[in-house]
Amino acid sequence: MNMACKTLVLVCGLLPAIPAGTVVAGEPRSGYEFIRPATREMQDDDFLNPGMFTVEKGQQLFREKLEGAGKSCAECHGDDGEGLDTGNIARYPVYKGGGLVTLQRQISICRTSATGKSLVADHPDLVALETFVRNRARGVPVNVQTDGPMQALLAKGEQLYRTRYGLIDISCFHCHGLYPGQMIRGQKISEGQGNGFPAYRLDIGEITSLEQRIQQCLTLMRAEPFDSGSEEINLLGLYIMSRSNGLKIETPAVRY
Amino acid sequence: MTALRVCRLLAVVLLPVTGLAEEQAQLPGDYCHWEMVDYGIQQPLCGLAGDAGRGQAIVSDSHLGNCLACHRLPIPGIEAYGTIGPSLAGIGARLDAAQIRLRVVDSRHINPMSIMPGFYRDPRLIHRPGKRYLGKTFLTAQQIEDVIAYLVTLK
Repeated sequence: MNMACKTLVLVCGLLPAIPAGTVVAGEPRSGYEFIRPATREMQDDDFLNPGMFTVEKGQQLFREKLEGAGKSCAECHGDDGEGLDTGNIARYPVYKGGGLVTLQRQISICRTSATGKSLVADHPDLVALETFVRNRARGVPVNVQTDGPMQALLAKGEQLYRTRYGLIDISCFHCHGLYPGQMIRGQKISEGQGNGFPAYRLDIGEITSLEQRIQQCLTLMRAEPFDSGSEEINLLGLYIMSRSNGLKIETPAVRY
Repeated sequence: MTALRVCRLLAVVLLPVTGLAEEQAQLPGDYCHWEMVDYGIQQPLCGLAGDAGRGQAIVSDSHLGNCLACHRLPIPGIEAYGTIGPSLAGIGARLDAAQIRLRVVDSRHINPMSIMPGFYRDPRLIHRPGKRYLGKTFLTAQQIEDVIAYLVTLK
């Protein structure tokens, strides 16, 4: 057997082990690298960044006395959240008590323990608090746990990420894994990273949690979006945030 | 084996396994069956004749074909287009109507990994369609034929 033939046999022997469409992952690139220069300027200037209004709203909620509790988040964590561990913020979503806990969920648990009233996932107040808290960790690299019990959850999340949805019938991976940098009707496709979320979206003029962004994407695919707080949306959020490990938190990022 | 039979077989074999069929789409009564022959669909869908003028409007309309999302097209005045798929300038010189029809109807018969939506894909094969799209195709058979009538003019 000549060398070329041996190589061919070797390559063909390897092929079945490589899942269809797998691309070799390089260093993750933040959505910041894919937006227009004017959008970057808007994000970089706290006076121009429309997401900062939500940070301020979150801070107000953080300082307000919780109904029925007589104290505020700030009384434990500081007026500016200076008592919060930014390294810990960067680890969300975390595995805790036998399951996945998003940052929103953690904030809700904390508030519920004081008030007895819980807020549903993606309630505007909860998104605002999440935006404020994540903004405290701006510049800290995302650091989601990927070993131990997280492995199985990440595998489920990746499976959802690679599943086709809706009438447009493509997966997250089709666009954000195979075509980042290409244009989709005049907009550059990003890697779909989570480090900037909650982010201000110019397209809809609203602050958007990562989970809400996934729902908006599914709706655009003419698919039935997963519900807020559902297992699927949280697993997708987890997997996407884990892809962003090492990228600095940019909350509130400005995105198309 | 025809493409339709393959589709039916896949639907029967895969859907119960994946457990995704909670709200199973029915094939709409007006869905026209088509047959893949020589990597093309030789017969116009439902025997309809297309109109190139309407076709050009459909490829540009972001609520209809929105071909410009992914492709460049030689239409004057269009600035926002996509670069995911190849430019469709000259597509009528590279492919004939039957080949274009298969690619527009369901390009996954050419490439199973394709990112291109099947604009007349069997609705029973769509996973988790939005409620208002359940059992629907992306474009109607008439719209597909209009698009093809337009694309074949791009020589």
